[in-house]
Amino acid sequence: MSEMEEIVGSPFLNKLSGPESRFEPLNSGNLRSDGRRPLELRSFEAELTTHPSADGSASVSHGLTQVTACVYGPREAKNRGLTMHDRALVNVEVSVAPWAGEMRRLRSRGDKRTLEFAASIKSTFEPVIQTTLYARSEIDIHIHVLQLDGGLLQASINATTLALVDAGVPMLDYVSSLSAGLYHTTAMLDLTSVEESDLPSVTVAVLPRSGKVTLVSMETRLHVDRFEEMFKLAMEGGKVLRGEMDRVVRERTAALARQMEGGVALKEDDKMDTDL
Amino acid sequence: MFTILGPVASSSKWRGSSSGDARRREDAMDLDYDFDDEGVQKLTSPGEIITSATQFMRGHGTFVEDNDVVASLSGTVERVNKLVSVRALRARYHGEVGDLVVGRITEVQAARWKVDVNSHQDALLRLSSVNLPGGVQRRKLESDELEMRKFFEEGDLLVAEVQPMHGDGALSLHTRSLKYGKLRNGQLVTVSPVLIRRRNSHFCSLPCGVDLILGMNGYIWIAKHVAENQREGEEGFDAEAVYSNKNDDIDMETRAAISRVSNLIRVFARHSIPLTDTILAEAYDWAVQQETSPSDLLRIDVGDSMVARVTALA
Repeated sequence: MSEMEEIVGSPFLNKLSGPESRFEPLNSGNLRSDGRRPLELRSFEAELTTHPSADGSASVSHGLTQVTACVYGPREAKNRGLTMHDRALVNVEVSVAPWAGEMRRLRSRGDKRTLEFAASIKSTFEPVIQTTLYARSEIDIHIHVLQLDGGLLQASINATTLALVDAGVPMLDYVSSLSAGLYHTTAMLDLTSVEESDLPSVTVAVLPRSGKVTLVSMETRLHVDRFEEMFKLAMEGGKVLRGEMDRVVRERTAALARQMEGGVALKEDDKMDTDL
Repeated sequence: MFTILGPVASSSKWRGSSSGDARRREDAMDLDYDFDDEGVQKLTSPGEIITSATQFMRGHGTFVEDNDVVASLSGTVERVNKLVSVRALRARYHGEVGDLVVGRITEVQAARWKVDVNSHQDALLRLSSVNLPGGVQRRKLESDELEMRKFFEEGDLLVAEVQPMHGDGALSLHTRSLKYGKLRNGQLVTVSPVLIRRRNSHFCSLPCGVDLILGMNGYIWIAKHVAENQREGEEGFDAEAVYSNKNDDIDMETRAAISRVSNLIRVFARHSIPLTDTILAEAYDWAVQQETSPSDLLRIDVGDSMVARVTALA
């Protein structure tokens, strides 16, 4: 698909070629600018335990958007004043690499937009993590954005879900997230950055098993009649993504279980050890 | 009505629209069969229904919703009679009473210390739970409270046992035995707690002259060997020796042995192989036979061949 993107429908090529080839979200053959069908998702790749020094970590890419999440915890809180007596505190920190976007740009950590982004991720996961099992502790989630091509919120949420699963933090379900956009009357899923900048879009984070939604984020204007269709599509797409994430998790868990089983056979020897 | 084209991966079987609840119920029923087959390890992931809650009780790593026992972790399903639980393969230490742990002092508070034991909260070590110089049964004086740093300071390492817990799940430790107390003459290695299985004794002595303490929390202490007769203190309980911060002289051979053992542990941890002293003794013999230097053991190819050899011997 990347080859096709380069030769046939590169959005940059479209923009540079002149006024007659403006960016077309959907061409006459019902294909998007990168050759996908309206309801087709980008290539999804996920890897667990990319940072073994953290309690849990995961790296997720939707097409060209790549995000890494690291989870530390539940552990003793650095600032005991902020902890809650009956549950764990969830902290989210987001950092965007300077090379992530189209132009090199240094973003400070205290940037208002980044802070709001982090706060929305925190409120997405707080009801899903079983925080009541870990009183007075904190769970730190660090999100590193490495490459940006649209769908940042969806990639961050999916990466955080996998990192939390990798860390062994109990959750009610996977949190699966997807963005949806609208061109005239056609709804599209998993938007790239050129599509996001042109079309109204909404990002939904859903718990696939129950269909419960923990986040709906929309920063553009959209006609209310169209909203329901896009919302439902994003939810269904989230359920499909859950299957993908689960497959990666199971492969890793099975590999780990196999490696650890290598030691089970040795258990018999332990009984012969004498006390010192 | 519509189908969503999922991402095309190598062996993905994407589902167009969500599968109905009826299919998931069937899966829940099938899982009951696996419980009879002890050899098969059943894997699960968050949000997956394990079984019906009317027949089984829920344990760690699960929760109940609508008469179903649902997993909240990714890991292996374990069943003991009617209790179903899920064990994660990567997790922080979850304390049990009677466990032996190695910890590091993080804070000195009024009449107690806070100890980092790789759990969700720091453990508590009360002044009344340590051996005070002058006899095991000595009364605690006010001067002891003011001089707590004479016993344990921030950064000290110690081995202790878990006592029945504090209210909110924070662990409570005690060192009321001559085997427990401050650690010296050695090196700390941290691994995942899942790799340490519960055993009769966590104090091991390797034939190469190295003592090992396998803390259940994944903190492992490797030290110079101390002979049996020297370890048992007399009735007077010499505080100078037990709470001293001074290391003994350690010769080069013992230092090399300690480094080798700690690197071997790191290699086993990277391959997620459970640690026992038998497997470490075998690995040490192999390393000496191959005449690898302690630092060479950290190379990926050397580590892989060591693991392959030692697990084949098992």
